[in-house]
Amino acid sequence: MEDDAPVIYGLEFQARALTPQTAETDAIRFLVGTQSLKYDNQIHIIDFDDENNIINKNVLLHQVGEIWHISASPADRGVLATCYNRTFCCVLSLDSFGALGKSSAQLFIALATSSDSKVLTCAAVWRMPKELESGSHESPDDSSSTAQTLELLCHLDNTAHGNMACVVWEPMGDGKKIISLADNHILLWDLQESSSQAVLASSASLEGKGQLKFTSGRWSPHHNCTQVATANDTTLRGWDTRSMSQIYCIENAHGQLVRDLDFNPNKQYYLASCGDDCKVKFWDTRNVTEPVKTLEEHSHWVWNVRYNHSHDQLVLTGSSDSRVILSNMVSISSEPFGHLVDDDDISDQEDHRSEEKSKEPLQDNVIATYEEHEDSVYAVDWSSADPWLFASLSYDGRLVINRVPRALKYHILL
Amino acid sequence: MAPGSASSPSPSFPASRPWAAVGTMAAAAAAGPSPGSGPGDSPEGPEGEAPERRRKAHGMLKLYYGLSEGEAAGRPAGPDPLDPTDLNGAHFDPEVYLDKLRRECPLAQLMDSETDMVRQIRALDSDMQTLVYENYNKFISATDTIRKMKNDFRKMEDEMDRLATNMAVITDFSARISATLQDRHERITKLAGVHALLRKLQFLFELPSRLTKCVELGAYGQAVRYQGRAQAVLQQYQHLPSFRAIQDDCQVITARLAQQLRQRFREGGSGAPEQAECVELLLALGEPAEELCEEFLAHARGRLEKELRSLEAELGPSPPAPDVLEFTDRGGSGFVGGLCQVAAAYQELFAAQGPAGAEKLAAFARELGSRYFALVERRLAQEQGGGDNSLLVRALDRFHRRLRAPGALLAAAGLADAATEIVERVARERLGHHLQGLRAAFLGCLTDVRQALAAPRVAGKEGPGLAELLANVASSILSHIKASLAAVHLFTAKEVSFSNKPYFRGEFCSEGVREGLIVGFIRSMCQTAQSFCDSPGEKGGATPPALLLLLSRLCLDYETATISYILTLTDEQFLVQVGLLYEEGVRKAQSSDSSKRTFSVYSSSRQQGRYAPSYTPSAPMDTNLLSNIQKLFSERIDVFSPVEFNKVSVLTGIIKISLKTLLECVRLRTFGRFGLQQVQVDCHFLQLYLWRFVADEELVHLLLDEVVASAALRCPDPVPMEPSVVEVICERG
Repeated sequence: MEDDAPVIYGLEFQARALTPQTAETDAIRFLVGTQSLKYDNQIHIIDFDDENNIINKNVLLHQVGEIWHISASPADRGVLATCYNRTFCCVLSLDSFGALGKSSAQLFIALATSSDSKVLTCAAVWRMPKELESGSHESPDDSSSTAQTLELLCHLDNTAHGNMACVVWEPMGDGKKIISLADNHILLWDLQESSSQAVLASSASLEGKGQLKFTSGRWSPHHNCTQVATANDTTLRGWDTRSMSQIYCIENAHGQLVRDLDFNPNKQYYLASCGDDCKVKFWDTRNVTEPVKTLEEHSHWVWNVRYNHSHDQLVLTGSSDSRVILSNMVSISSEPFGHLVDDDDISDQEDHRSEEKSKEPLQDNVIATYEEHEDSVYAVDWSSADPWLFASLSYDGRLVINRVPRALKYHILL
Repeated sequence: MAPGSASSPSPSFPASRPWAAVGTMAAAAAAGPSPGSGPGDSPEGPEGEAPERRRKAHGMLKLYYGLSEGEAAGRPAGPDPLDPTDLNGAHFDPEVYLDKLRRECPLAQLMDSETDMVRQIRALDSDMQTLVYENYNKFISATDTIRKMKNDFRKMEDEMDRLATNMAVITDFSARISATLQDRHERITKLAGVHALLRKLQFLFELPSRLTKCVELGAYGQAVRYQGRAQAVLQQYQHLPSFRAIQDDCQVITARLAQQLRQRFREGGSGAPEQAECVELLLALGEPAEELCEEFLAHARGRLEKELRSLEAELGPSPPAPDVLEFTDRGGSGFVGGLCQVAAAYQELFAAQGPAGAEKLAAFARELGSRYFALVERRLAQEQGGGDNSLLVRALDRFHRRLRAPGALLAAAGLADAATEIVERVARERLGHHLQGLRAAFLGCLTDVRQALAAPRVAGKEGPGLAELLANVASSILSHIKASLAAVHLFTAKEVSFSNKPYFRGEFCSEGVREGLIVGFIRSMCQTAQSFCDSPGEKGGATPPALLLLLSRLCLDYETATISYILTLTDEQFLVQVGLLYEEGVRKAQSSDSSKRTFSVYSSSRQQGRYAPSYTPSAPMDTNLLSNIQKLFSERIDVFSPVEFNKVSVLTGIIKISLKTLLECVRLRTFGRFGLQQVQVDCHFLQLYLWRFVADEELVHLLLDEVVASAALRCPDPVPMEPSVVEVICERG
């Protein structure tokens, strides 16, 4: 009972970026990137001690700017990539502020010029100090004073391509390939010389009317990792990384902007998407005309959707209605009839089969709604080490670690 | 000269239009991570200037030709037209202007105005040239036309002269002819006069024989006309013996004629039109109108009374009376039709009688009308017991419709009003009847329930459940109510002639149906139920408890749902103007002075912790602590909470969603200092106006506070605008 209680950790700054430390499969560890325009931004390495329900943190300074997206290398525990805004260099200084009262027409001139101070979102690959890679379990009390800095491995040069929306690593790869989405470009990079150099291997761009901008992307773990799916506006697209050409396109996947998507880790053609129409939709990419299933549990924009890495019926969503919802999508999962019979049980097989046949597919339902957050939740993710544990991050810097209810866990396992 | 350059600086532009300010917020916000869009082009492009200039040139041309009014009126309040320093004014004095410029302006400005003036003069010159070129062709053709006209006029003058001489000759000839014929003309005139006189005399001499012949043939009209023509002449020349004889003869014949006409009139069997003709002739013969009028009415009365008697006979004691529709039909065509004819004929014949005659007719109509109404009412009373309204309504409709014609003819008799009154009375009685019917139905239901409850239980067999009984009662009552409403609704149907009377439009619906029938029934239900509750004390267990239970549940249902349903049903059917579809909902804190609240609340009190650059990096927790503590005390806002179906609730929902969206968008942007201030202004403006649309204005404040706080967080250089400045900007709008 006590184990199911959520664990809450508070950051000092606003935060949007959250990722599990993908390469780590033993310890439960999350990375959180902060957003502050005034102070040095930080990356918090959150270590969760499952047995004692204790959180240990380490703070890394990320001085180049506020972090919009963070992702960890699947191969190397110490390597991560961030998308960040360069801190302001030219803040407009119109000293005659008092003049505003007299002539607010000037305000508009001032506004027009202030928009010229460009904010560019860049991306870079970093390495954290060696001793933090596996987490330091004796966290010093005054960790903030001994905050360490990240070592810059390489920049993903995007001067020609615009703002970086996100960086995704090739799953199950050797951590050498990454894809970044910059405005309407999808860029495939090769990291060479132990990641100290990023070479643009190939790229593709989206052409069309208006300003097309990718909002999110995921790399499919299937098909030998040759597929990537992206979201822009209300459209979902699949890409082949070998030819950098479009494979499929789901137009008007959502009524409004698509915020995020995720691949089913066990069913190769299935993916989930979420967006500003408060819906979560599940797609079979072989039939793009209509979704397989639609969930409407949230009451505001859904910012994040994540399949559980092992049990794909568990789907996690975070929304700006400050709620995190864990749903059980059994009917479209890889185990629609619950746990399959082991092959060893040959003696019982006949009986089981008949039982299995008669059993109705389990009902899809919402397992739990977590309301620990008081501000919009912009990121949720599963732990890479413990399939029953997940973290969610709200804008006010609150990180909540929750577990799948035990009853359900046993129901799935047994 | 050019108003654009010379106008005084207008600093009030953004503040005077706060919505424009709101609009530009998006542009300001777009300056976030996206590559900034450059400063917009100046609103007036070069193509916007050309027509402006042309109009000005035209204006000056008009001014020159003294047509200045039209153009000047179109112009917004310009400078004083009498100002001698106004270049465009009529009273422009170059000396004064030059003097003023020299005195007031520094050299640079003088140079500027000089070049400006030169440029404008050049522009005017070229404009003038253009105008001349444009109109060159017209000038040429105008000259040609004028030349041609000159030639033509010269030719015309010659012809006119010739015409004048010819006319003079003609006049001369004409005068001569007249003089020659003068003599003969006089003689012919005299002869013609003698001839006419002789014909008249002949007519007079023949008159007696003609009259006799006419009377014999029955051509009374002709006879009367002859008599009328001759009368005056005979009267004049009665001193001559020969004329006298003729007159005497005529008088004898005329007397006979009058006698015959009277005879015919009295016989009366020949119908109203012929009677009217007789009366007309008699009047022409100079019979006394008073007497004729009396007699006419007496005859008409006889006929109409016969109609009434036949109607009364139909009413009679023998039951198989014709149905009410047929009755009113017959009454309408017989009596009312007759009355109409009489009235029309009377008014035509005795129009000369004046108000006294009209009064007589009105009294006549009133008397007979009231007898007719009495009959109709007796007949309608027989109908009162029946359940079918449609026939009755149709009958009433006919009745009312037929009476509109005499109503128009005889406004003084008040027949239409009386008819409407009867219809209203019947409608009221129907309402009462339906109310009785409903009551009886309710009591019948209750009796059934009692019987069902009291019925001895057959062994092993359960009686009908209470719920079932309740449902039966409720549904049967509801169906009765609906049936009654439908029946009563016929009275207000569009095609019925009396449905647009004020009574049926207003009082009948609201007072009669809604209050009298429906509310009255519900009241009586309550009374009945109440009496059941009271009765056990008096009679001792007369009411089975199960019945009480059922009644209580019934009443509860009525309280929660049914009454409102029934009333809504009634309102829908009978009151066209139910008002707004959704009534005003409940609104918390309807404070009108709340708009006075400014953002100073957080601009001043929270400023310290929120975004004044006073805190140091060593204690960054303070910001979050503050906002978190504040959040602890404020309720969680459910953005997409379900709405009730009233205006306020729906609007609140919409506003919540919009503000939440604004918040999320703000958080995705990075603001400059002035972007933040713009958000501040926008939020204050929204706050000034949004509170009146929402149920709980605190909600709007919370969300707007959050927007501004988020904008402050998303601004690397958060210098908030002074609250007083924000207020001033917003209030100028």
